[in-house]
Amino acid sequence: MPIRCEIVSQDRLIYEGDADTVVLPGIDGEMGILPNHAPLLSTLNYGVVRVRYQGNEEAFTVAGGVVEVQPDIVTVLADRAENVREIDISRAEAARERAERYLEEGPPPDSDAYLRMDAALRRSRLRLDAVRRYRGRGGRRPDIPSVLEDN
Amino acid sequence: MANAREVLLRIKSVKNIAQVTKALQAVSASKVQKAMQAMYRTRPYATKAWQVLTHIAAQPGRRTLHPLLVERERVENTLVVLISGDRGLAGAYNANVVRFVLKQFGDYEAPVRYITIGRKGRDMMLRRRQEIVAEFSDLPAAPEFEDVSAIGRMAVEEFLTEKVDEVYLVYTDFFNMVKQVPTVKKLLPLEFEDEGGRVQDFDATHQGPEAAYIYEPGQEEILDEIIPRFTALQVYQAVMESLASEHAARMVAMKNATENATELSGALQLEYNKARQATITGEMLDIAGGAEALAQS
Repeated sequence: MPIRCEIVSQDRLIYEGDADTVVLPGIDGEMGILPNHAPLLSTLNYGVVRVRYQGNEEAFTVAGGVVEVQPDIVTVLADRAENVREIDISRAEAARERAERYLEEGPPPDSDAYLRMDAALRRSRLRLDAVRRYRGRGGRRPDIPSVLEDN
Repeated sequence: MANAREVLLRIKSVKNIAQVTKALQAVSASKVQKAMQAMYRTRPYATKAWQVLTHIAAQPGRRTLHPLLVERERVENTLVVLISGDRGLAGAYNANVVRFVLKQFGDYEAPVRYITIGRKGRDMMLRRRQEIVAEFSDLPAAPEFEDVSAIGRMAVEEFLTEKVDEVYLVYTDFFNMVKQVPTVKKLLPLEFEDEGGRVQDFDATHQGPEAAYIYEPGQEEILDEIIPRFTALQVYQAVMESLASEHAARMVAMKNATENATELSGALQLEYNKARQATITGEMLDIAGGAEALAQS
């Protein structure tokens, strides 16, 4: 029996569907959730949520958030989330460079701008990491348009 | 019958009104689209967050879990967050939500204090001598969560410091372009709902009645973070719903106003034609009478 999985970010519904396993970046390390899991409430780290269903795997980057697990449903409330397939590599790359350059200039480390840039840097690194690891594993997710694989 | 020139002046002013209301209608039409999109974008998150909150509130032993879940024995003070618009010309939108809140809390068992969002609601409540502890107006046209989170935090703060013993949220729920319904929602303490009974069902079959959530990292950290934030989020979503409702109400009101003005100007035009015709007829009679008199002399 599959478990239902719903991923929402603050500005939209990202994913809704069945899953055999859901792997989550919990605050104390990765957690794998199977159907009939005991109720659980956890905060999430920056990381990748992987939803596996009938041999297919979808990956989503999340930049922190909360997950609620019920025996029949996993609800991910992410601060920001994206399907790895939707990530725009050139944009993420540009954002990373911009953030790195800014941080090298050495603004006061506790200013708002610094913290914002630091968060932006972590997000873009996470995106690029996720793309490298979860895209282009041919075969497993045949529905990915090949254009994306060329990147 | 009225003087033709007077009627002409009225036609002109009515047509001017129609032009203004038509422009307002067009502006509202585009604003309501944007507000609706923004509202639908944030709705899934807010709905899920609310579900999580009701699940937490439905746990066994919830009374000791977190101060925000504890129901006070006696309700001595009540706080109502009322969401209305900054501007008028929105049909009955502002009046409806104010009438609704007064009906709900007009003679409530405990003294009621208000936090108002929107200038119109504030003014109307003041006129009715209600106690307002805080007011927020001039929100941006497309508010972000950060713009209104302070309001939610304030409500939580008032509750935690025991200045109030319960908090309600009154806003206008957006159904569609022609249907917006004033709604009341109990924010604090979080209430148990039947819908959230699944935790117990699961415990009964799997682990006995004592077990509830497993918390990562710790129960206190996570509840302290989640509950106030998700509560503030409900206020945000209510603001988004109200905003869409306001624009929709204004658009419909302006559409009606334009139609009425067009109809009125049609009726006035008819009156003007009659008056003009009457003048011409009168003049013709004068001329004919004059000619007749000349011919006879």
